[in-house]
Amino acid sequence: MKPVIEVDRLVKRFGGFTAVDHISFEVAPGEIFGFLGANGAGKTTAMRMLCGLSKPTSGTGKVAGYDIASHPDEVKKRIGYMSQKFSLYGDLRVWENIRLFAGIYGVPQREIAPRTDALLSRLDFAAERNTLVRDLPLGWKQKLSFSVSVFHHPGIVFLDEPTGGVDPVTRRKFWELIYQAADEGITVFVTTHYMDEAEYCHRVSVMVDGRIEALDTPERLKQQFGATEMDEVFQQLARKAQRQEL
Amino acid sequence: MSRVFIFFVRKEFLHIFRDVRTMVILLGIPVVQLILFGFAISTEVKNARIAVLDLSRDAASRAVTERLDASAYFDVGWHLEHPGDVEKVFREGKAPLVVVFSERFQQQMLHSGSAGIQLIADASDPNYATTLTRYAEAIIADFERELQASDGVAADGLSADGQPGSTQAAAPQGIVPQLTILYNPRLQSAYQFVPGVLGMILMLICAMMTAISIVREKETGTMEVLLVSPVRPILIILAKAVPYFVLSCVNLATVLLLSVFVLGVPVAGSLVWLVLVSFLFVFVSLSLGLLVSTLTRSQVVAMLISGMSFMLPVVLLSGMMFPVEHMPRVLQMLSHMIPAKWFIIVVKDLMIKGAGISAALPEVLVLCGMAVVFVTLSLLNFKHRLE
Repeated sequence: MKPVIEVDRLVKRFGGFTAVDHISFEVAPGEIFGFLGANGAGKTTAMRMLCGLSKPTSGTGKVAGYDIASHPDEVKKRIGYMSQKFSLYGDLRVWENIRLFAGIYGVPQREIAPRTDALLSRLDFAAERNTLVRDLPLGWKQKLSFSVSVFHHPGIVFLDEPTGGVDPVTRRKFWELIYQAADEGITVFVTTHYMDEAEYCHRVSVMVDGRIEALDTPERLKQQFGATEMDEVFQQLARKAQRQEL
Repeated sequence: MSRVFIFFVRKEFLHIFRDVRTMVILLGIPVVQLILFGFAISTEVKNARIAVLDLSRDAASRAVTERLDASAYFDVGWHLEHPGDVEKVFREGKAPLVVVFSERFQQQMLHSGSAGIQLIADASDPNYATTLTRYAEAIIADFERELQASDGVAADGLSADGQPGSTQAAAPQGIVPQLTILYNPRLQSAYQFVPGVLGMILMLICAMMTAISIVREKETGTMEVLLVSPVRPILIILAKAVPYFVLSCVNLATVLLLSVFVLGVPVAGSLVWLVLVSFLFVFVSLSLGLLVSTLTRSQVVAMLISGMSFMLPVVLLSGMMFPVEHMPRVLQMLSHMIPAKWFIIVVKDLMIKGAGISAALPEVLVLCGMAVVFVTLSLLNFKHRLE
């Protein structure tokens, strides 16, 4: 199958500082792709380019079949995005948030209501339909935020450290949602700090100082580095970093 | 695209309606301010209790005292006996003004034409002191003028030494100014404050609230999500402007209704032009708010910048409270950069002077120019920030 993300020697420079230094990789449809790296390694900059928020200095990237530099608007229509900050509106009700983002992504008016009902009952959220989002517990907010980001059935969803600040049990439940989405054919591109999450990914890349230093399945990475856990792999790679944490 | 716009406008209204406290403040501010400025903080003088030290005790000095007492501005509260009492009155803070008649007041007036009245004012509040002395001077001058007008008759009546001829020769023949006060004949300060309050409120709501509401989305991270979405940034911004525009209209109506029916300030000119010019000013303020939002990342900074650079100068430099014409040149130049100053001039022209729009054209053009500059700057800045 044709990859949904194709990145070839992508570079982003800010003045004399090279935030992203010639990265290349491909992601297949339905794959859960983990994008790891220490703070300041360049993950966020790379992800912003893939989402059409920032133009590459050189190199090419294609997301959902469209070039990120020349057709960012086409890319934006075909992706979902969940930011590391909780980013639904706290002063809007659960259903109002869903309706707003469904509207933004052009979900047809008559489909919004039934799909909202289906989503809420699947999440066991039906009782919270009229709750202001700021009154929900953090774990619920994150589940809702993810569900909103895939509500319009995008080809790819980008998750920027989606589970910050919650316990492993809640994280595990969150990942069940991610697997469901992947089963429906949505490609998941996720950055994370938590190595237990890295184990859940189909493939993982590790960025150090703007470059991708390792890219493979978690199993093979562990073999390659002679490690028993992803954490060791990550530590060995991150130690090579020259850059200070930003 | 228009469907998405409606979704956004609805969302912005919900933000405002859910924040009841802020909404009440925004709708209540004009009412409170107009009532404060209109009634409480008034530079008008009414029944000020003054003291009189009459060293002459003759017909003329008594007549002047009676006039002062009879006027709406003064009540003669104390009749002092000795010059030493004057200082005592001030020390005790009893009277803000003491009127002193020199000895042989009437005789001097009739003979030399230069009778001595001394006005001693407590200038620890300089504005009040100036106003008081000006009113007192006017009453005394009035008295003098009438005396001359009634010519020998009055002089005869007053003449203590029975020499009518000398009075006429010695009476002061100086130029007597005829004062005509236009547009605001009763010198009501409400006439001054209504345009100022209008300028301040519209600035507050449009510039400050728009800036805060955009920066809030940056702070909470929702702006990032909106920017990743296919919605055009300009649409997000326009949708933000709509509810604040509506709020401004409500406030404009509140201010105009209050000023006409409660404060008694008429709309002398064209209401249509007044409303149109207000819309122009709202547009300028909205674009200024947008500009601030592109420069800041936190709500606190946005609020400080708006407060320091919009509110304070609007109060101090727009001519709302202090006449710009009497300020140092540097401040005058600075005041030219303040949109509210031009708006206030136009409102005074249209509302109080009853002038046509052609009289206010230069100011309207300045506002148009400012709108173009602010919108261009903020859109350029907005694009730049996205990169």
